[in-house]
Amino acid sequence: MNTQARVIPHRANGRLRRIFGSWEALLVVIAIAIFFINTQASPYFLDPWNLSDATFNFTEKAMIAFAMALLIVSGEIDLSVASIIALASTAMGFALQLGAGTPVLVLVGLGTGLLCGAFNGLLVARLGLPSIVVTIGTLSLFRGIAYIVLGDQAYSGYPTSFAYFGQGYVWWVITFEMVLFVATAVVFYVLLHRTGFGRAVYGIGNNPTAALFSGIRVPRVKFLLFLMTGVMSGVAAICLTSRLGSTRPSIGFGWELEIVTMVVLGGINILGGSGTIPGVVLAAIIMGLVTFGFGLLNVPGIVMSIFIGLLLISVIALPRVFGSFAGLHRKR
Amino acid sequence: MKISRDILLAIALLLLIGLVAMRFPGFATPQSLASVFNDSAILIILALGQMAVILTRCIDLSMASNLALVGMITAMTNAAYPMVPVVVLVMMAIVLGAALGGINGLLVWKAGIPPIVVTLGTLTIFRGIIFLLTDGQWVNAHEMSASYKAFPRAELLTLPALSWLAIAIIVGMAIFLSRSPAGRAMYAAGGNPDAAVYAGIDTGRTRARAFVVAGALAGLCGYLWVSRYAVAYVDVAGGFELDVIAACVIGGVSIAGGVGTVLGCVLGALFLGVIKNALPVVDISPFWQLAISGAAIIIAVVLNARAERRPGRLILEQSSDSSLPVSHS
Repeated sequence: MNTQARVIPHRANGRLRRIFGSWEALLVVIAIAIFFINTQASPYFLDPWNLSDATFNFTEKAMIAFAMALLIVSGEIDLSVASIIALASTAMGFALQLGAGTPVLVLVGLGTGLLCGAFNGLLVARLGLPSIVVTIGTLSLFRGIAYIVLGDQAYSGYPTSFAYFGQGYVWWVITFEMVLFVATAVVFYVLLHRTGFGRAVYGIGNNPTAALFSGIRVPRVKFLLFLMTGVMSGVAAICLTSRLGSTRPSIGFGWELEIVTMVVLGGINILGGSGTIPGVVLAAIIMGLVTFGFGLLNVPGIVMSIFIGLLLISVIALPRVFGSFAGLHRKR
Repeated sequence: MKISRDILLAIALLLLIGLVAMRFPGFATPQSLASVFNDSAILIILALGQMAVILTRCIDLSMASNLALVGMITAMTNAAYPMVPVVVLVMMAIVLGAALGGINGLLVWKAGIPPIVVTLGTLTIFRGIIFLLTDGQWVNAHEMSASYKAFPRAELLTLPALSWLAIAIIVGMAIFLSRSPAGRAMYAAGGNPDAAVYAGIDTGRTRARAFVVAGALAGLCGYLWVSRYAVAYVDVAGGFELDVIAACVIGGVSIAGGVGTVLGCVLGALFLGVIKNALPVVDISPFWQLAISGAAIIIAVVLNARAERRPGRLILEQSSDSSLPVSHS
C-alpha cells in the first residue's frame, strides 16, 4: 500500500538487537520458554505421541505460510488461500464421485490450486490490481463456488490409500505431514535465500521500480509467487481432506488470517522486503506449541487465539518501542 | 470522473433491481425496497466507518469483532440491569467502540505497526475477550428487556429507527468528510501523506482519528445488531469484516487511500444488500450469495482500476479528481 520511498527498518533495534542478535533468536527464546512452561504445566506434554499429534495443528498451515512468506516479502498478499483449500477439496470430492482413484485425486487437488493461483496472479501481476482487494474477492468467489457445488452437503468416502497423506506415519511418530513440512521448508529456504529468484523477490519487495530497472521481470516473478501459493494451498487441501476424510464447504474457514499471523510473527515485514523462512518455521512451531499446550490444560481454542493475537502485536511493538527508547532514529 | 463512477454504480444497482423485478414484481415496491435498505443499514454504517480508515491508507479488520464485543457488553448490561435506559446503552456502545478503535489507532500511530497487523491481532483479541466475559454462554431474547429490543424497530414516519439512524449517519459522514478540516485531512493523509505533512496535517493523528470513528460506528452497530437479532454470542457477525471491506471496494473506495465518496460507499453496501435479499426472491439458492459477491468485488476492482489509471507520468501531476488535499489551501 505504501508507494513512497521508505527505509526498511531492522526489526530488533538497539538494546533488544544486542541481546537477541536477531528476530529468529528472539523466536527461539520464546519457543523454548513456551516449551518449558508446557512441560511444567502438564505431565502429558512430553509424550512423543502427544507431541506428534500436536504437529497436525500447524503443518498444513505452515506449508501455505512458506509460500505466503515469499509473496509478502515481494510486497503482495493472498487472503484467498483458505478458500483455495475449500475449492480444491470440493474438486477432489467431485472427482471422487466420478470414480477417481488416489493419484487422480492428488492431481485434481494440485491442479485446482494451480488454477486458483494463476487466476489471482493474472489479476494482480498482469492487470496490476491491488492484491489485498483481489484476494478478498477471490476469497469469496472460490469458497462461494464450493458452496454452490456442495450447499449443506458433504463429500466423504475417500479411498484408504488417500488417507495416508493426512494420517500416515513414515516412521515411529514421524507423520507424513511432518516430512512434507520439513521438505517444503527446505525447498522454500533454498528458493528464497540461495537463488537469484529469491534475491529478485527481496528486490521487488524493497523497491519494485528499482527492481524493474535492474532487469527483474517483476510481473513474471509475482505471477509465479501466486502460482506457488496456489499450489501449496492445493497441497494443504490434500493433507487436510485426507486427515478429515470428508469435504465440507466450510473446510479451513478463517485459516487465511492464521497463516498471515504465522508469517508476520515469523518476522516477515508485512510491507515487504525483509524476513526469513527459518523465522516462519519457528513461528509455526510456536503457534503449534501454544495451541497444544493450552489444549492439554483444557483451555478453549478461542483463548489461545487471544494469546496469539497478543503475541503478534507485542513482538512487533516491543522492539519498536525499545528502539525508540534507545534514542535511535525511527522511520517517520 | 468521480461523479460518473457513482452514477454508473447507481445504474448497475437499478438494473439489478429491475432484473429481479422482472421475475418478481413485488421486489421493486417501495415497502420492499425500504426493507432491503433497513436490512443493509448496519452494513452501510460499518462501511462508512471502514471508508474513513481506508481513506487514510489504513485498513480495519477488527470491526466485526469490535461490533460483537460491544454488542455482547450491552446485552449483558441489559440482562443484569434492565432498568438502565436504552439511550445510556447506546451511548455506552458508541464510547466503548470508540475506545476499542482508539486502541487500534494508538498502536498504528504511536507504535508504528502496520494497520493490517494491528487489526489482525485485535480481531482475534476482541472476539476472545467475549469468550472470557461469557464463558461461551449466549444472551438470549428473553433475557433482554423489551425496550432494548424495541428501539431499532420503532417506526417513525413509516421507516424503522434503524433506517433513520443509517440515514443520519450517511448525512453526518458526508458533511464530516467533505466539509470539516478533520474529514479533509483523512483524504489528504491517504492521498499523499508527504504532501499532507507539508500542509501541516498530522497524518498519524488523522489515522488514529479514523480508527476511532470506525470503532465508534462499529460499537453502535454492536448494539443495533444484537438488539435487531435479539441474541448475543461469541460468533456474532463472524467474518463480517470482509463484507464491510467488500462494500467499500464495490463502492469505489480505493484501497491505496485518498479516493472514495460517501455516496459510492452507500451504493456499494446497498448492492450487496440487494443481492442478499434478491436471491431467495428469484429462487436462487442462498449458497450462491458468496460467489456472487466475490465476483462483484473482482469486477468492481477491475473497473475501478481502469477509471483510476492515469494517462501517463507527469512531472507536476494535476489532481485527476477532487480527492487531493484541499483543506487549508
